[in-house]
Amino acid sequence: MNGLLHQLVSGIASGGIYASVALALVMIYQATHHVNFAQGEMAMFSTYIALTLIEAGVPYWGAFVITVAVSFVIGAAIQRVLMNPMANAPVLASVGIFIGLLLMFNSVAGWLFTYTLKPFPSPFGEGPPLFGGFVSRHELGSTIVTLIVLLTVWAFFRFTRLGLAMRAAAFNPVSSRLVGIPVGSMLALGWGLAAAIGAVAGMMIAPVVFLDPNMMSGVLLYAFAGALLGGITNPLGAVVGGFMVGVIENIGGAYIVGTELKLTLALVIIVVVLVVRPAGLFGKTVVNRV
Amino acid sequence: MHRRTLLSTIGAAVAAGTLPKAWATTVGVTATEIKIGHTIPYSGPASAYGVIGQGHTAFFKMLNENGGIAGRKINFISLDDGYLPPKTVEQVRRLVEQDQVAFLFNTLGTPNNTAIQKYVNQKKVPHLFLATGADKWGNYKEFPWTIGWQPSYRTEAQIYAKYITLNHPNAKIAVLYQNDDFGKDYLIGLKDALGADYGKLVVKEASYEVTDATIDSQAVSFQASGADVLVTAATPKFAAQTIRKVYDLGWKPLHFMTNVSASVGAVITPAGPEKAVGVITSQYAKDPTEPTWKDDPGMNEWRGFMKKYLPDADLSDSGYVFSYGVCNTLLQVLKQCGDDFSRENIMKQATNLKDLEIPTLLPGIKVNTSPTNYHPIRQMQLAKWNGKTWELFGSVIEGAGT
Repeated sequence: MNGLLHQLVSGIASGGIYASVALALVMIYQATHHVNFAQGEMAMFSTYIALTLIEAGVPYWGAFVITVAVSFVIGAAIQRVLMNPMANAPVLASVGIFIGLLLMFNSVAGWLFTYTLKPFPSPFGEGPPLFGGFVSRHELGSTIVTLIVLLTVWAFFRFTRLGLAMRAAAFNPVSSRLVGIPVGSMLALGWGLAAAIGAVAGMMIAPVVFLDPNMMSGVLLYAFAGALLGGITNPLGAVVGGFMVGVIENIGGAYIVGTELKLTLALVIIVVVLVVRPAGLFGKTVVNRV
Repeated sequence: MHRRTLLSTIGAAVAAGTLPKAWATTVGVTATEIKIGHTIPYSGPASAYGVIGQGHTAFFKMLNENGGIAGRKINFISLDDGYLPPKTVEQVRRLVEQDQVAFLFNTLGTPNNTAIQKYVNQKKVPHLFLATGADKWGNYKEFPWTIGWQPSYRTEAQIYAKYITLNHPNAKIAVLYQNDDFGKDYLIGLKDALGADYGKLVVKEASYEVTDATIDSQAVSFQASGADVLVTAATPKFAAQTIRKVYDLGWKPLHFMTNVSASVGAVITPAGPEKAVGVITSQYAKDPTEPTWKDDPGMNEWRGFMKKYLPDADLSDSGYVFSYGVCNTLLQVLKQCGDDFSRENIMKQATNLKDLEIPTLLPGIKVNTSPTNYHPIRQMQLAKWNGKTWELFGSVIEGAGT
């Protein structure tokens, strides 16, 4: 019983990792209707920026804020410079750019920061685990941060005019332009916000998995699965999906199918869910009127 | 293509009449030169291994300055494969067919060597002392032209199992392994040495995939299983995670760590040196940073070589020590060849090394090969992390079987 509880908690902890990246994927999807394959590598790169700042003597939260801001600028700049000319190109052209970005960020990070594994500090302190040894301080802290980001993203899309304008720009660029929404700026803003959320995710993940240029390659896959499971149009759904993938994977791996098939099990469940509900558990089916 | 075939036919016909008979079999060797082929990643994510290639190049330079081998200079052709198997295939084909090397030496990487193994065996090119720890390079029946060098992962696991059965006969063992050839070699090695007791002693095995985010779930299962010994066959990132998670769980098993992940910089420092205290690994070469070898004659010989031929190199990089050791092994093979550098004789001498001592290997470790033993180094010594360094203990242990 103790073992089961422990597996559950450790599943929630890794689920939190997937959920935080899934949020960045939802952000970019809401803003552009694309899934950015380079999202994970951009987050990894941001984390290196944070580490460089911390090593230069900037206090943690100062480095945190600067990193988020710099990442926002990088994200927005990528949209302006690389994605804007692609606005009317076929979807495959964008996919090509995403994959190119993925490789670029990965190699540049390796070249600048080397491929050696680096420890990344946790802002929540080392200290002994809490709640009878089940949860480390960092696991608790990073889960709370993920929930805060979730609330912010949800409130942003739900209650602000800017959020509404961004959704409109992604959904129907032509009509949006006709009602006076600056579509280009909205897309850049979406990229910037997604990069900023990714940076937060990277800084929360790095203390757990250690920082190296390939830190995100596996995580992005799970995050993507989580986002699809919960519904990629819904921030709450993506987060719940991320946590579910973590828990299913752990419980399944430890008690049902063994470690070799745990990812397979999680993916089978996702396929089944998507067959029954193509928009994901919490997603809305979008109907396009032509 | 046709023209090339024609030319080589003419060439062979001319040669048959004018040159001694041995010419046909001594590819890559002339009266003044021996050509050796080599591939290694000088670029890309694994380029840190490139130092080994630099070490080799410097070693052969030294050899040539000292008169070479049997009156011949070594022409060492070292090519970059970026650690990409398709690129290795391309480079090795170039070495064999265009440059016409006598043999391949210390080509690096398990997937890379796997990609070329069939080809070089078909061509009957000696494929000597590979820079990889996989056990399959000892498969002399199927691949008689390929031979490994360093102790294989399987040998290493046998050595841990031998130590465990001798010192902890009632151990309850848990094994964490990467779900690929590398990780599975450790399972096989443990089975070799534990034999029928494997099922009784090993209470839990769990694998992970390289795409996994963490190994937390596996560590939790191990603790719940009641195991008191943990054998970890993981690459550096997961090894560091394991050391930290085991510590955080408050679990205190006797922890054996694959020497693939014994790097202080890449594993112990990220995990936290204090969290790794008591972790055991195994070594076969002298560690250049270890004060024990400060005045060691073998290491001084190596330092003298480095000072003269690689004056700007980082002396704490164990890649250079590895290079010096494997080059010395090759040197012995070439000396044993006498004046017959046919591919057959090179292979014969490579598989006929008897109790060879190498200056950079730990005292007591000897290189031995035979036509039925393609595992040159089969001994290792255990070392324990004391919070600051790896401290050797016990005597040299030999793996089980050949």
